[in-house]
Parts: sequence; C-alpha cells; structure tokens
Amino acid sequence: MVTNNGLVYLIALPLFGALSLLLLGRRADKWGHLLATALSASSFAVGLLQLSQMLGRATENRPVTQKLFSWISVGSFKVDASLLLDQLSICFVLLITGVGTLIHIYSISYMSHDHDRRRFFAYLNLFIAAMLLLVLGDSYLNLYVGWEGVGLASYLLIGFWNQKPAYATASKKAFVMNRIGDMGLSFAIMIAFASLGTVSFTGVKEHAHHASEATMTAIGIMLLVAAVGKSAQFPLQAWLGDAMAGPTPVSALIHAATMVTAGVYLIVRSNFVFDAAPTAQLLVVIVGAITLMFGALVGTAKDDIKKALAASTMSQIGYMILGAGLGPAGYAFAIMHLLTHGFFKAGMFLGAGSVMHGMNDEVNMRRYGALRKFMPITFITFGFGYLAIIGVPPFAGFYSKDMLIETAFNSGGTKAILLGSTALLGAAITAFYMTRVMILTFTSTKRWDDNQHPHESPILMWLPMAILAIGSVTSGFLLSRGSALKNWLEPLFESHGEHEELLSPMVVSSLALLMVALGVAIAVMKYQLSDVDAVAPQDVSIFTRIARRDLLQDDINEALFMRPGQVLTAALVKVDESVVDGAVRGIGQMAISSGSTLRRTQTGFVRSYAMLILVGAAVLIAAIWVVTQ
Amino acid sequence: MINFVTPTLDYALLAPILIVLAGALVGVLVEAFAPRNSRAASQLFITLATLVLSLASLIRVRGKSSTAAAMDSVSFDGAGMLLQASILIIAIIAVFLLADQENFTALAAALPGSDEERTSLQQDLKVTEVYPLTLFAVAGMLLFPLATDLITLFVALEMLSLPLYLLAGLSRRRRLMSQEAALKYFLLGAFASAFFLMGVAYLYGYSASTTFAGIHAAVIGGAGNDIYLLLGIAFISVGLLFKVGAVPFHAWSPDVYQGAPTAVTAFMAAATKVAAFGAMLRIFYVSFAEALWQWRPALIAIALVTMVFGSLVAIAQRDVKRMLAYSSIAHAGFLLSGVIALNKSGLDASIFYLFAYGVATVGAFGVVTLVRDSAGEVTDLNRWSGLGKRSPWVATAFSGFLLAFAGIPLTSGFIGKFSIFSAAYESGSTAILITGVLSSAIAAFFYIRVIVLMFFKDPVEDGTSVVIPSIYTQITIIVSAVVTFALGIYPTPLINFIQSTASFLR
Repeated sequence: MVTNNGLVYLIALPLFGALSLLLLGRRADKWGHLLATALSASSFAVGLLQLSQMLGRATENRPVTQKLFSWISVGSFKVDASLLLDQLSICFVLLITGVGTLIHIYSISYMSHDHDRRRFFAYLNLFIAAMLLLVLGDSYLNLYVGWEGVGLASYLLIGFWNQKPAYATASKKAFVMNRIGDMGLSFAIMIAFASLGTVSFTGVKEHAHHASEATMTAIGIMLLVAAVGKSAQFPLQAWLGDAMAGPTPVSALIHAATMVTAGVYLIVRSNFVFDAAPTAQLLVVIVGAITLMFGALVGTAKDDIKKALAASTMSQIGYMILGAGLGPAGYAFAIMHLLTHGFFKAGMFLGAGSVMHGMNDEVNMRRYGALRKFMPITFITFGFGYLAIIGVPPFAGFYSKDMLIETAFNSGGTKAILLGSTALLGAAITAFYMTRVMILTFTSTKRWDDNQHPHESPILMWLPMAILAIGSVTSGFLLSRGSALKNWLEPLFESHGEHEELLSPMVVSSLALLMVALGVAIAVMKYQLSDVDAVAPQDVSIFTRIARRDLLQDDINEALFMRPGQVLTAALVKVDESVVDGAVRGIGQMAISSGSTLRRTQTGFVRSYAMLILVGAAVLIAAIWVVTQ
Repeated sequence: MINFVTPTLDYALLAPILIVLAGALVGVLVEAFAPRNSRAASQLFITLATLVLSLASLIRVRGKSSTAAAMDSVSFDGAGMLLQASILIIAIIAVFLLADQENFTALAAALPGSDEERTSLQQDLKVTEVYPLTLFAVAGMLLFPLATDLITLFVALEMLSLPLYLLAGLSRRRRLMSQEAALKYFLLGAFASAFFLMGVAYLYGYSASTTFAGIHAAVIGGAGNDIYLLLGIAFISVGLLFKVGAVPFHAWSPDVYQGAPTAVTAFMAAATKVAAFGAMLRIFYVSFAEALWQWRPALIAIALVTMVFGSLVAIAQRDVKRMLAYSSIAHAGFLLSGVIALNKSGLDASIFYLFAYGVATVGAFGVVTLVRDSAGEVTDLNRWSGLGKRSPWVATAFSGFLLAFAGIPLTSGFIGKFSIFSAAYESGSTAILITGVLSSAIAAFFYIRVIVLMFFKDPVEDGTSVVIPSIYTQITIIVSAVVTFALGIYPTPLINFIQSTASFLR
C-alpha cells in the first residue's frame, strides 16, 4: 500500500489546538476560539488535498497508510499505531472536518457570552482529533483509542454546562450506556485476537474466509453491541435524548453529524466480518428496523425541539444501520445517507440553536409559533433541511433514503417485504413529525409571551446554516449522479451479484412520496389548521403518553438494570460491612453504650476478620479437595 | 563429628539486598547518634542513596543467573531481577512522599491525646525512623520474590511485614485509627503467617524438602502423600493471598489503607503487591506447575470472586483511601489471572502489570496527601467535588491515575490488562477473560465517577483545599504520571525487554 506521511497532520492540527488551549488556560481566552477554528479548517484543507491526490491515483492505489510507531508488541501480537486513509475514511474525514469547521464558526457567536468559551473550543478540537483517529485507525485497537476519545470528548461537552445537576446526570447516563457499547468493542477485539491472532482490518479481512462462522458471528455481534451503544440504537438508545443537555452546536456536531454515526462506520468498515456471519448481519438489520420505528414514534410526541430532533437522529441512524445490515448492496447507501444526513441534520440543529438564541433559550415548541417572520434566514435554512429529511425531490434525503428503501425491498425473501414496509412506514412518520416541528416552530400562530423578542441570529451563525442548507439541497444529487459514491466505495466491498428486483425504482419512489405526502397532510391538518395549546394537553391517549415517555425506555432500564444492580451492590456492601461483622458490631454497640472506647469494637473486627480468613482457608481446602478427588 | 560446610555466597549477586540492609543499619545509627535537627535531611539522603546504589548494583549484574548464590536458598534469574528493579523504582518514587513529614506523628511512643503528644508537636519533633524501617521492608521485599526455599521465603515475609506493621501506626492525624490499623494488620498478619508456616510443614512432610526444586521433584515423582501436598498448597496460598489482599483474605486492607499514613499506604500498596505476587508467581510456576489440576480451579474461583467483589464494593465507598483499597483488591484479582495463566506470556504480563500498577498507585496516593483542610488530609470523596476547578493540574494527574486503574487506552493500565487477560485466555481460562472485562467495566464506573466529581461538580466551601505540593511530592506525582502515560503510549521497549529477560530458573 502507498505510504503517505501527510495523514498525521489531519489529527495533529486539531490535537495541537486542544492541547494548547487547555494548557495556556485563561491566557488564550482572547484568541483561543479563532485558533481552534483555523486549525479545524486547516485539517479540512489537508483532507481536501488528500482527496485530490486520491482522485489522481488508480483505483487500486487509492488507499494510503502512514505508520506512526510500533505501539504494542507482545510476542506474536503486534499492533502499530498506523493510519489508513481509503475511499471510506476520506468521506468521514471531509464530513468531520467540514461540518466541524462550520460548527466551530457558528459556536464563535453562539458561545460568545460564555466565559468558558475557550475551554469549549478546546473540547471541540479534542473531539475532532479523536473522531479523526477513530476513522483513520488501521486496526480495531487504534479505532478503539479514537472510540474512547470521542466518548470522553462527548462526555465533557454534554456536561459542559455542568452547573445544572440534570445536565451532569445526563452526561453520566450517556457515559454508562456508552461503556456497555465499549465493552462490546473490547470483547470483539479480544475474540479477534484470540481466534485470528490479529486485530488489524486487513488481517481480520484475510482470516474472515477461513475462520469458523461461529467466531465471525461472535465478533460480529460484539461489534454490533459497540455500534448500538455509540449510535444510540435499540436497546441502548436512551442516552441520546438526555445528551441534548449539551450546548446546541455540540448536539449538531456530535449527536447528529459525526460521533453517533461511528456505529455505522464500524459496521461498514467491518463488512468482511458481517459478510461471513449472516446471523450477526440479520441482527444488524433487526436493530436498524426497530430503531428507525422507535425513534420516529418518539419523535411524534416530543415538544422539546432538540429532543424531537434527537429522536429523528436516532431514527435516521436506524435507516443507516438497516442499510449497513443489508450487505454489499446497502453499504454505499448507508454511507450516502450518513453524509446527506450530516448536512441536513447538522443544519437543522444549528437552526434550532438559532431559534433558541432568539427565544431566550426556550426549547418548548408549544411556546414558539409564527417565527417565520422574525427569523427568515433560519426559517429558510431549516426548511431546506426539513425538505431533505422527509425526502422531497430533489433534496438530498430523497436520493439517499429512497435508495435504502429500495435496497430493503430488494433484499430477497419475506424479510424484504417486512423491512421495506417498515422503512416506508418510517418515512411517513418522519414526514409527520418533522412537519409538526416545522409548523409548531415557524408557521402556526404565535404562542409566546410578550417579553420574548425573537430576532434573527448574527451572520456568524446563519452563514454556516446557509452552507449546510446548500449541502442539504445538492449533496444527494451530486453523490448519486451516475452512482458516483457507489462506484467510489465499490472496491472496498466484495459484491455478491445482484439480488432479484421485487419492486422497480419508480414504484418505490412513488410509494415513498405517497407516504410522505400522507404524513405531511396529517400533520398539517392536526397542527396548522387547528389550534395548538401552549401547554401540552394531559388528557391524551395512552399511546401519546407512552411516546412522551420515550416508549418507557427509562422505566424499562430502571426496572431491568438499575434496581437489580443497586440491590446487588447494596447487598454486597451489607455482607461486607454488616453481616460479616454484624454480630460483632452488636457487641460493639453494647460496648460503646457501656462507656468503653471504640477500641473494643475494633478488637471485635479483627476477630471477625480472622474468622473470615479461617473460613476462607477451610473453603479453599475443601475446594482443592473436591477437585482432586 | 558433624561436617560443617562453609557457606559460599556470591556477593555480587546479593549486593542489591545487602546494600539496602546496610543502608538501613546506617539509618539506625543516624537515629542513635546524629543530632535531632539534622536527621531528617540526612536520613532522606541516605535512603535515596541506598536505593539508587542498590538499583545500580542490580543493573551491574543484569543478565547473570544463578541458583547457587546463597546455598540454594535464593535464585537469581531474569524474572527475579525485573521484580527487584520494579520494587526499587517504586520505593524510590515513594520515598519522596515520606519526605513530607506532615504525614507522620511527631513522637510515635506518645499516647494519643496525651500531654506528651502535645509537647512533641510543639517541639516540632519528627519520626525519622520511618526511613530505616522502610529500608528494612524494602530488603525483605527484594528477597521475597527470589527465595527458592520455604524457610527463606518465610524469613523474607516477616522481614517485609514487621516494618510495615510499625509504619502503619505512625499517622499524625487520627492516631487511634492509625494505631488500630497497625495492630489489626499485625494480628491478622501473624495469623496468616501461622497458616503459611503450617503449609511449609505439610510440604516438608510431603517432599522431605523445603526447597522449591525438591518440592518440584516430589510433585513430578508423585511418591508422596497427595493430601499433604494439597494441604501444603492451600495453607501456603492463604499466607500469600493474605499479603496480596485477595478475597476472602482481604478484610484487613481497607482498614489498614485508611488508617495508615498515606505515604506509607502508597509504598505498601505498590511495593508489597510486587513482592508478594513475585513470590507467588515463582512458587506456583516453579514448584506447583505440575500439580495445576489441583490448585487451578480453586485459584480461578478466588480470582473471579476477588475481581467482582472488589469492583462492586468499591462503588459504595465514600472515602477515597477505602475506595483505592477496594480497587487494589480488584486488581489483586486481575493479577491472579497471571498466576493462573501459568505460561510465559502470563509471567511477562504480570511483571508489566505489577510495575505499571505500582507506579500509578504511588502517584494516586501521592495526590491524596495533597488534599487537605486544617485538620489534615480530606479523604471524604464528597469534599473532593469541584477539585478540578480549583486545582486543575492535581485533579488531572489524579484522573490520569484513575484512568490507568480503569484500563482506558493510552494509559499503562490498558496495556497491562490487555496482556494479562490475553495470557489467561491463551491458557484456556475464558471465565477469567469475561469476568475480568466485565468487572473492569464496573470498576470504570466508580473511577470515572470520581473524575466527574472533581471536574463537573461545584466546589464545596468547607475549607478543603489542595496544598501547594512540596518539591518531593511533586517529583513523585510527576514521575508516576509520566511513567503511566509513557507506558500507555509507547510500551513496546519495556514489553520487549521483559519478554527477552523474564524467566524463572528451576
């Protein structure tokens, strides 16, 4: 493979920014945000340079690597810290640095009143560096470093306004749920190492054909667990809604455009694993299908604009995971939807931030209304994003989502009909809840108090929104013209020949547009043509109530995991502290009450400890005895 | 006529141990004759010089190996020397913490709360005895992982333990608690030693020998009574498992960690683990390897219980020193997987892990000595909230150590955990791998919780603050942090070195 020593700059530039802003502290307050933005932009420039070089090379020479140093070498096990830039990672590099730079620019204005703006930018740069490491690592272990890095950055950024306890809790929840996913990744790495003896992408790919299907299935399922945690997929989806506590640019960058899509990257990157493990692949599809419906249903009931968008992110990533689970036919479309989604969802989040900026940080859409007149630019840019996500031609989402639905329908068997219908129904619900967001915020009657003075945001905020809006309009067309992206990514995947065609593209497109029209129509009737309450009505059906509570995700988590966990911990502490020394403490209590010093209790403790040692020794002997017999 | 054979000793190989013992004796003489106000400085100098000299003499004899250096009672080999070097390096880092006399009582013999104690405090007396005591303990630790004779092993065990019992009782604040901890440690230590001796007796009964080689020969020959072997292994294990703090022989460690002066806790937690695991690795790899079907299942069970118990109970701790104690229990479980692995990679991984963990532990306790209010160290975790806002550097260093304990990539802990679990898996213990990763995940929760507390909570206004670290404490923390991260980012040289060096001579 071709070596290119320029790759390291992609990561080094933002990493340098993060470190210098953190190390210089308050000294960098005046110019820190500018440095961070400039470094992110230069990383983007390096990415563009790499792309132009890559375009100039023949297909088989396109991937390039750079070895940084030899990281671990334990016996036969060697891992180099190496970077790999191929057709897949370049897409991510440009998305991360491009959208990242726009969000840096937006944040200059959005965070201008925050006295800790420099720290915020340091974390943003840290995130960019970690995310780039994630997509540039050439082995699962290097990917893992970036994986943990983005987790850390995300955690720092969600909790950035940590003076509010609810926000700190939210960041903790995100952390715990992510840990479950991370555990999956570390299991996958260990299984790969133990059974294949390698953890590099190329190494695992080579072994994928010879290894037993059971091994590949185990690795695949563990990778899926990792993806599910990071990408907020069912059943680890609960953290994403709470993560909206972070500043809005963070939601746009991390929880819409980049980090949450890392799961999709992981699955597409591991295509050779899933191609060799049909069971794991089927699970991927199921997870994707469930989540796309789950997110869409939750989205219909949310009044908080950011949480509605978060639910929609969950649902859209469900589409991508679904696509990635459909095998070689779906990989390219999953990535395409990921890229277009990066544009339109980031744009809408920034739009939501702009609305909040003009409305004194109000997030309840029931207290918005008629903002179209006051924030025309936000309205138009948000509107483009909206048209893109619901899939109106020629906006970006139309191309990418349509392809996914079509691929689902053509994946063969009864499965295909189920998946295709789910994806189609999801499109209708998406159209419904996004129209609802649009109407409640911009076009319905005014529902805010008179002490609100909505106004358009400054240019530094609307310019990034405008650029993203342009992307929302054009990216789908550009990426799908002449199957550009599909052909670009083709060499990375092993194609399995074409599947039978259940429905022709024309039929699928028409059906999808019909469903979208249906969803929009219902929403318009329900919200535009009738009055909306400024306070959420309480006399609603049980379904609405369940949807408002995120389909009971927290209740289920609490009942299934939290309570038993707490009980177990409490019980163990009890065993250690009360049962073991229980009798003794009783005597100790008597001793204290009879005026003696604490000492006697302590003597008692020693006795009980000694007892424990004795019992332990007896059990040990018994155990060895039993084994020997 | 009894034939007396003159012992032959290879002084070059024994030099590292002998130098430390000599240094300790010089320290005792200084205590006896030097004027009081010059003792602290000279003791610190003597101790550091002794340890550095010892390390230098160890480096001089690197690569040599011999089983006959001291009449077959100790064995010099690659693994032993690596363990010795780890102990010496950890001791050097930890000695700087001892130099901060704020930790120690002014007069150890004074009754807590007595007039004598008050006077001693007013006179600003210092217990400089801690230095020679530490050196005696280090000498015992250096001998412990080399011993190839059960009697020598026992002598080394007592040699390292007795000074530690004393050191644990020297805390300046909360002296009653400290003295109780010392007494508790002593009583339970004696109890465990009794088990150990009983194990020695049974093994002698089994093999008619006290040397590792003799026992090994008897195990291979299979001539002896298996019940004696079984009891011998079990009782010896109790003694060693007590020292490393494995469940159910762990009960002393939270109390002692909490009660002892933090500087002592740092040294004890780090160096004792290296020595005790070193001895354990040697005896199991050398003597009991062929009897593995008898002891391995029981040891696996203990390792699993220890990992899970340590990780779970640590969650509920509100005191930072107790939390670190339970964390060290969990780490004892992880380290047992290296003993269980019983292969070369298990040995390599254990040595790396011991060194990495030891250094991070010294650093973490070093930070604990800095967080104080007017009454001394503040170990209540609630009062650590917001520390990151007031003292970002100290909090960052502590976070680094915690991340290493949690095994997050780019810290030494990750490499250590990865290699030790891989080794266990290689030897066929899937249960260890799964439980290990699961309990690491649980453990990560409470480490990260402390980080959250320090960085994301508002500071409490109750006089808790971070004192400006003395130059000594700074050295400890900075060196520990640098080693912890360096071993996470670029561990290859050390791993290669361990791989090419570590082996046990039979």
